[in-house]
Amino acid sequence: MTVSILFFVLAAAALTAALGMLLSRNPVTSALWLILNLFCVAGLYLTLNAEFIAVIQVLVYAGAIMVLFLFVIMLLNLASLPDLKRIEWKRIISFMLGMGLLAMLTFIIAHALDVMPDPLSLDLAAETGSASSLAKVLFTQYAMIFEVIGILLLAATIGAVVIAKRKPV
Amino acid sequence: MNLAWYWTALIAFGIVNFLLISASVLVYAERKVSGYMQNRPGPNRVGPFGFLQPFADVLKLVFKENIVPTAANSFVHSLAPMLMVVIAMASGALIPFARGVVIADMAVSVLVLLALTSISVYGVTLAGWSSNNKYSLLGGLRSSAQMISYELSMGLAVLSVVLISSSLNMVTIVEDQGGGYGIFAWNVFRNPIGCILFIVTAFAETNRAPFDLPEAEQELVGGYHTEYSGMKFGMFFLAEYVNFFIASFVIVTLFFGGYLLPFESVLLAQFPGLEDSILLMIMQIGTVVLKASFFAYLFIWVRWTLPRFKYQQLMTLGWKYLLPISLVNALLVAIGVIIFS
Repeated sequence: MTVSILFFVLAAAALTAALGMLLSRNPVTSALWLILNLFCVAGLYLTLNAEFIAVIQVLVYAGAIMVLFLFVIMLLNLASLPDLKRIEWKRIISFMLGMGLLAMLTFIIAHALDVMPDPLSLDLAAETGSASSLAKVLFTQYAMIFEVIGILLLAATIGAVVIAKRKPV
Repeated sequence: MNLAWYWTALIAFGIVNFLLISASVLVYAERKVSGYMQNRPGPNRVGPFGFLQPFADVLKLVFKENIVPTAANSFVHSLAPMLMVVIAMASGALIPFARGVVIADMAVSVLVLLALTSISVYGVTLAGWSSNNKYSLLGGLRSSAQMISYELSMGLAVLSVVLISSSLNMVTIVEDQGGGYGIFAWNVFRNPIGCILFIVTAFAETNRAPFDLPEAEQELVGGYHTEYSGMKFGMFFLAEYVNFFIASFVIVTLFFGGYLLPFESVLLAQFPGLEDSILLMIMQIGTVVLKASFFAYLFIWVRWTLPRFKYQQLMTLGWKYLLPISLVNALLVAIGVIIFS
C-alpha cells in the first residue's frame, strides 16, 4: 500500500521534473530539474527494493555527470532562451491525446502478444537486486561483455584526451 | 537489528541535536586552538573561558538582515545553504555510533555515503552561480573542479576498505576490524596507504585548508558565500563544521575501528557480563566520539599549520599523485586479500 502511494507520488514528481526540464528557458534551471528527475527515478528504484541501483543512479548520474553538466553550463555562461510569446494549446492537447492513444495501443498489443515480463515479487527483487548477486552475474556470466564495455570506455577517454590535447604550433 | 520506528526516530533526533551542538563546540575549539597556535588567548570574554562565544555569534547572525542581491536568482540563492546543511546532516544517519545504534543500517551504506559526498558539491556550486558575482562564481567553479578531481581517489580508497571487509555495510566494516589482535585488526594497520589517501581526500572534499580554494579570502573575497549574510551565511558555516566532524566520524569508522573499544575482544573475554549491556553501549559511544574528536582536532591543527595550495598544485596533486597511488593501492589490496584469505 505504502509502496503504491510512494510510486504515484514519485512518478508524478518525476514527470513534473521532466516537463520542467523541457520547458524551462534557462539552462541552469533545466539542469536542476533534471537532477530532481534523477532523484525521483532513484526513489522509484528504492520502492522496487533495488537499493544498489538506486544508489548508483544518484552516485553516477546526479553526483558525477550532472555536476560536470552544471560546471560546463556555468563556464559557458549561456544566456536564457527568449520567453515563449504565446502557447499553442491546440498543439499541446493534440500531442497529449496522441501520446495517450499510443500508450494504450502499445499496452494492448504487448498484452496480446504476451511479451510483458512477469512482475517479480518484492522479496525476490531484494534478493536478486543486492550488490553481491548483481556482481556475481556481472563478473561470471557477462564478464566478457563487461570487459569489452570497459575497453570501449577507455578508448572514448583516450579519444577525448587526444582531441583536447594542444597541437604543436 | 530491527528497531521499532520510534526508537529510530529518537536516535535520529539525538544525533541531529548532537551534530548541531558539536558544530558550535567545534567553532569554539577552532578559535581557541588557533589562538594558542598563534600565541594569543583566543575568545575569552563571553561566559567562562569564552565558552559562550559561539552562541553569541549565532545570536548575532540570526538578528542580522538577510540581503539578497538584486540580480541574484532568489530561489536558488535560498536553496543552496539549505542543501548544504541537509546533505551534511544526512550523512550522520549512516554512521554507527555503537553496536545497534545507527539510523540507517543499509546493505550499501558506504555507497550512500559516497553519493552524499558527491552531491554535496551542488550547495557550493549553486551558491556561487546564483549570487551573480564573479568571485562567487569562481569559488563555485573551483569547488566543483576540486570535488570531481578528489572524488575518484576517495572512492578508490573506500574500495580498498570494502575489499578487505568484503561488505558495503558500515556496521560489517566496523565489526570486521574487531579481530583477535587488539587494535592491529584496524584497517589503518591493514591498509595504511588507503588510510592516508582517505584522510587527504576527506580534507579536499570538505573544503578545509589546505584545500580551501573555493573560499580563498585573498583572491576571491569570500568565495561562494561572498553574497550571503545573516543566518544563510551561518548555515554555510554550520555545514562546514558538521561536514568535517562527519568526515572525522567516517575516517574513524572506516579505518580506526569505529565504535570498537581498543582490545574489546580481550575485555569481553574478561568480563562476559558486559556483552550487550548498556554500559558497553555508553563506552562505545564514548570511544567513537573520542576518536572522532581527535580527527576533528587534526582538521583544525592542519588548517592553522599549512598554507593553502595553489590551484595548479591542487590539480597536480589530485590527478598525478593521488589517483595513480590509489589505483595501485586498490590493486595491491585486492592481491593481498586473495593471498591471505
